[in-house]
Amino acid sequence: MSGLLRPATLDAALSALGDDPELTVLAGGTDLMVAVNYGQRRPTAVLSLRRLDELTGWRGDGDDVVLGSRLTYAEMQHGELAELLPGLAQAARTVGSPQIRATGTIGGNLGTASPAGDTLPVLAAYDATVEVASAADGHRRVPMAEFVVGPKRTTLRPGELITGVRIRVPHGPQEFLKIGPRNAMVIAVANCALVADRDTATVRCALGSVGPVPLRCVDAEAFVVDHLDWDAGRVDDPRTYETFGALCAEASRPIDDHRSTAEYRRHATGVLARRALMRAFRGGGA
Amino acid sequence: MTTDGPMDRATDDDTVDSGIYELRVNGGTRVVEGAWLGESLLNVLRDRLGLYGAKNACEQGECGSCSVLVDGRVVCSCLELAAACVGTDITTVEGLDPTGALTDVQRAFVEAGAVQCGFCTPGLVVAAHELLDRRPDPSELEIRESLAGNLCRCTGYGRIVAAVSAAAAERRAAAGGRP
Repeated sequence: MSGLLRPATLDAALSALGDDPELTVLAGGTDLMVAVNYGQRRPTAVLSLRRLDELTGWRGDGDDVVLGSRLTYAEMQHGELAELLPGLAQAARTVGSPQIRATGTIGGNLGTASPAGDTLPVLAAYDATVEVASAADGHRRVPMAEFVVGPKRTTLRPGELITGVRIRVPHGPQEFLKIGPRNAMVIAVANCALVADRDTATVRCALGSVGPVPLRCVDAEAFVVDHLDWDAGRVDDPRTYETFGALCAEASRPIDDHRSTAEYRRHATGVLARRALMRAFRGGGA
Repeated sequence: MTTDGPMDRATDDDTVDSGIYELRVNGGTRVVEGAWLGESLLNVLRDRLGLYGAKNACEQGECGSCSVLVDGRVVCSCLELAAACVGTDITTVEGLDPTGALTDVQRAFVEAGAVQCGFCTPGLVVAAHELLDRRPDPSELEIRESLAGNLCRCTGYGRIVAAVSAAAAERRAAAGGRP
């Protein structure tokens, strides 16, 4: 029998994957099926996660929210979750088409680990934690900064499943900006996520599609926190925007490929980061 | 058949034999035989079940011409693993009206001149139905964003947007609301 496993519980899924780590894991399928349709993958046994209600939706947990790995882009776009995590909602809105967003999942975006994965810089800017599990080792948590290790490569071990993403809800503006050839159905040429948190007086900025992994802009972050008026939610010196953009562009590590050039990506990164900061913190005296 | 793989230890409900399974399509149960494990729902609909409304073009979720409803959500059937759709309710363009008549959206497409070569039309009609069932009074921006996953290379979209607006207005009028 050539078959599809569709366990109803996480324990059963982990057990199956522990028995056969070579199982092809199916969540939304929007990446997997392209590879199958084009003959790049020919699965002989599939583990479908689609009956695992444990991995759907999201929940609050103290100061955190925990996103189930089966949470779809469409579910990120609206409602209470979009109010808590507007940066993620903005990123989700730019992914593919309504058809893709109805199906594709945050766990899939993480598992695929494409340099252009739109939620990845947002998760990096949240300093999120990826929750994974296996039958052999139980549950473990991996900081986002360590989860993606290269283009389409993660620290996920054989037999492990992504079960969720844990995010400390920040209190402050969040922005996501993306550049591509058109507004819809587009893979990012460059994208940028900015998350500010008044409680800790921190700004985190992360870039996508301009490096092998999502890149944090630590120099730009350190610079900008000294130039913000947190109480007023403003930037007093307008030169702050330019410097912030330039520091973010310096943090990018872009390449030339079929979607763009390294030179354009570096330039675009500076523009996106500057604009993200302008949207998050208005200029003084204006 | 092996005797000690994980598949054999699971209960029947926990496995689907990709060689033979049942799908619920347009309200009826259809038997799918002889498919391979990785076969897309689009291929199954067209080549095994004789439902040719969903069109096959890009096979990578870019064009939307294969759009169908799975449990009420509009998806690209080329990106659905057919065997993973066991237990879901699948609606193709053929099943939007149970009697096989033209739906209000289809009539609006005809009247607005929204159909030229026709290849993208079934996918657009499915996507438009999903939109209007969810949003009875969509703005033009909402229509355009909701149909952004359905490419049309003939019309320039203007008459498609007009058709969806007209269908929405007709539904609201029929419901006694403002036109």
